[in-house]
Amino acid sequence: MNTSVTIAGVCFKNPVTTASGTFGSGMEYSNFVDLSQLGAVTTKAVASKPWEGNPTPRIAETYGGMLNAIGLQNPGVDVFIERDLPFLKKYDTKIIVNVVGKTIEDYCEVVERLSDCDVDMLEINISCPNVKEGGIAFGQSALSVENITREIKKRAKQPIIIKLSPNVTDITEMARAAEAAGADALSLINTITGMKIDVKRKTFVLANKTGGLSGPAIKPIAVRMVYQVYNSVKIPIIGMGGIADAMDALEFIMAGASMVAVGTANFYNPYATVMIADGIKEYMINNGVNDIKELIGCVN
Amino acid sequence: MQAIKKEFKVVKNTMLAADIYSMWLEAGEIAKNAVPGQFVSLYCKSGSRLLPRPISICELDKDKGIIRLVYRIAGGGTQELSQLKAADYVEAMGPLGNGFTLEGKKALLVGGGIGIPPMLELAKQLDCEKHIVLGYRDTTFLDNDFYPYGKVYISTEDGSVGTKGNVIDAILAHKLDADIIYACGPTPMLKGIKAYAEKMGIKAQLSLEERMACGIGACLGCVCKTTYIDSHSHVKNKRICKDGPVFYAEEVEL
Repeated sequence: MNTSVTIAGVCFKNPVTTASGTFGSGMEYSNFVDLSQLGAVTTKAVASKPWEGNPTPRIAETYGGMLNAIGLQNPGVDVFIERDLPFLKKYDTKIIVNVVGKTIEDYCEVVERLSDCDVDMLEINISCPNVKEGGIAFGQSALSVENITREIKKRAKQPIIIKLSPNVTDITEMARAAEAAGADALSLINTITGMKIDVKRKTFVLANKTGGLSGPAIKPIAVRMVYQVYNSVKIPIIGMGGIADAMDALEFIMAGASMVAVGTANFYNPYATVMIADGIKEYMINNGVNDIKELIGCVN
Repeated sequence: MQAIKKEFKVVKNTMLAADIYSMWLEAGEIAKNAVPGQFVSLYCKSGSRLLPRPISICELDKDKGIIRLVYRIAGGGTQELSQLKAADYVEAMGPLGNGFTLEGKKALLVGGGIGIPPMLELAKQLDCEKHIVLGYRDTTFLDNDFYPYGKVYISTEDGSVGTKGNVIDAILAHKLDADIIYACGPTPMLKGIKAYAEKMGIKAQLSLEERMACGIGACLGCVCKTTYIDSHSHVKNKRICKDGPVFYAEEVEL
């Protein structure tokens, strides 16, 4: 039975990774799961310098989901290279580094700093809805998606994944723009911009007012978008958005995702990633599937 | 110290006052490693409520392998928890965070509202002269449990019991002196304690609260502002769930 998938020449032992920002660099979760059981660890966003993030409250629970407005707090690429990368290298898993910046130059600086590091892929975050500069600002028009993809592609030594936002009129337009500019793969979806009001206090629950909605509540939207994008581009897709168990993951795979990322589920089930990887295997055994690739996009 | 996540059996879950509940759990694995000031995450059964509810440990009995959690109904999740009955099971993870450092010869323990419960196990374990100040809006709860462990002073906002006003008013009214202050309560109270401790030159340990998602230091949802660049985050933020919830007053900006 073959659970491995290859994206842009990188072979992953199984199709399960983590959604950026929900798993740190894996350190906290290594107490619960063996990171070597994962196809890849996708890190929290890394910027050229340390970022403070947003004021608190940064978290709000919603029906079947949650809002977050962390604001990409991170210790910067230097600390990532010195501390987090050596930690991840201890495990037999691939490393995908999520990259963010306030300007294209910022993104490129991180990409260049990582170019000689032992990192398998770079995921370019042009879809975080919680910061004023950078993030989603680059991901909401085809022109800017194309532009940033091209600039990063010129400098990146590793294959790049463009992480798309669902907060657009037509996600396939952004997907095609990224593909045209040389993206090696796409990941989707990032969170959906939302808001929660504290009715008692007559104010916003989040200090940032808006936050990104994630969790099971958004899964049908994410599956639909993966399906649409699969039918619009040729490059591989990493699907995510509310995956909580193996059946959820298989929905994304059947819609067209070559890999899946587990995000919010980590917060309430720190074992979720490995449980999902095992569950996919079990499904394959029970259904006589010899190669995971038979399932990718099989509903199309 | 590794936190355990599993289903634990409810021994008892009773109402102490309006919206305040006390739950004992058969949780030997948590009890044996826990220290005062740590917390556990409780998970709801309803899939509509995904995130754990962080609840401070009120008491622990290592011999019997049980822990006590006293919590306030703040919404649907804690409402659901309040309906649990003896012999029911509830999913929990703990112990989480860092507790209080036991120190000093003359301690002032200050709890405000739902910040009172963690002061109880602390009062039990602190082996020194103890003055305990408990602040309430109106109805008192858990106060009787403190009497065996120190001198207890109460403040109520409506003046129905003890000093009328807040915990600082009670501290001033009774001219309470200490070489260490331990405090847990709402942020305005902690601000007051921090300022008071600074003015009086008393060391203070504060237990903070914030909305959490993961509870284990990964999501960076529950950070607090620190007075210096933190060695983990490399910015002036510490994680309340992982680096706290207890901090020295001079470490944090409230």
